[in-house]
Amino acid sequence: MKHIQTLSTRSLQQSLKKGGCGECQTSCQSACKTSCTVGNQTCEQMKKN
Amino acid sequence: MVHQYRNNGYNIALDVDSGSVHILDDLSYQLIAELEKNRALTDEELTGMFRDRYDPSDIQEALSEIHGLESAGQLFTEDIYKNAVIDFKNRPTVVKALCLNIAHDCNLACKYCFAEEGEYHGRRALMSYEVGCQALDFLVAHSGNRHNLEVDFFGGEPLMNWEVVKKLVAYGRSLEKKHDKHFRFTITTNGVLLNDEVMEFCNREMDNVVMSLDGRQAVHDHMRPFRNGKGSYELVVPKFQKFAAQRKALGKQYYIRGTYTHYNLDFARDVIHFADLGFDQLSMEPVVAPADADYAIRPEDIPVLKEQYDLLAQEMIRRQKEGRGFTFFHFMIDLTGGPCVYKRLSGCGSGTEYLGVTPWGDLYPCHQFVGNEQFLLGNVKDGIVRTDIVDSFKCCNVYSRKECRTCFARYYCSGGCAANSWNFHGRIDDVYEIGCELERKRVECAIMIKAALAGSPES
Repeated sequence: MKHIQTLSTRSLQQSLKKGGCGECQTSCQSACKTSCTVGNQTCEQMKKN
Repeated sequence: MVHQYRNNGYNIALDVDSGSVHILDDLSYQLIAELEKNRALTDEELTGMFRDRYDPSDIQEALSEIHGLESAGQLFTEDIYKNAVIDFKNRPTVVKALCLNIAHDCNLACKYCFAEEGEYHGRRALMSYEVGCQALDFLVAHSGNRHNLEVDFFGGEPLMNWEVVKKLVAYGRSLEKKHDKHFRFTITTNGVLLNDEVMEFCNREMDNVVMSLDGRQAVHDHMRPFRNGKGSYELVVPKFQKFAAQRKALGKQYYIRGTYTHYNLDFARDVIHFADLGFDQLSMEPVVAPADADYAIRPEDIPVLKEQYDLLAQEMIRRQKEGRGFTFFHFMIDLTGGPCVYKRLSGCGSGTEYLGVTPWGDLYPCHQFVGNEQFLLGNVKDGIVRTDIVDSFKCCNVYSRKECRTCFARYYCSGGCAANSWNFHGRIDDVYEIGCELERKRVECAIMIKAALAGSPES
């Protein structure tokens, strides 16, 4: 496209259908202990694929 | 909902509810902004609004691209997740992670420590092997079908109870095969007692190691002194460098993690200092402190801090392009493989999936609630008795906080930290405004970095 470049992203709508397995890390188990960050976590299902 | 912003020469539109990210030229940026304000505008009306500045054929072309994205579910999407997420939160939950406060004691006297020099409003204590085993047994018993179990050795300073840490890792491993589980161990340390034996063990057994360092020597030593007032920088930095180099060579995760305060508002220089010391997996978080503490972040500090995040982002891009990049925890954003929408909206898991454990086995909703008796859930031997508290944490999600409903960053912070909410508002389902402001800025920078490294055109 000439005016818009879209970055490749995981569709949140699609993840509604296939997500929710609960295998992912809890939010504070890495380098944050005083805030809440989830956007940077990796989906365990995507890791397997 | 579409969130638009300009950063570092990029025009960016985040389609909040689909997670799509678009890099725009000036024309499409303005068209989307108008449509976000009034979706009823027709192509003719929009062409009329912009024809004095742009060629009508260009406007048509841009509108055609916009409509294409809309049809593909990548622009002007709606939040369709509320019922699913509330049902998800109401499901029977399992415990999947414990923060073991293996030592309520510390050999440093950091001025901002929420654990009050390791003691957590209580007495100094070390967790016994027996209590630790009961904690791991509790985790296995309450983890359902969850395979990966996370255990963080935390404190105080965990290395002050090192022999028990090692024995508990061995005990955990002994449970794995029998119960079809896998433990992922993590340790957080101030580095004072770090030695070759500790490094060798951690390199073998710990999935992640978090090393606490605040940045430049003067900054670090000011906030992280020994009890006699002497700074700890000179002692810990060489050890952290050795440890990090080993983990890097082994492909193992580590973080150099700092806390910034009102005393180093130019914290980007401290993060860059980490990188200059040779570290490449970095984290730096704003201090969470009572508003009247001299080192607390104040509302008037926010503009300066936002500028620092911009500077840091620009420096990261520069170094990445030069082949000497580093990661910064709060700028890491996984656009293609990130968590599902359930995870993004259902909160951090504190009080339900993630619990804090005291040296004597008491259970709390997370490490930050430890010592606050009204949040005592039970203990590792008898299990959770205050299910009413667990239920209140189950209700914590993005939709329980009215501020989150209109915030573009809600899919990246999951509604924020319940402990921060409690500390500032006396309830767990509110928001900590300073934290929110900074989180929004970090998300914007993280997305901009993706655009820059993807080679997107600047406007």
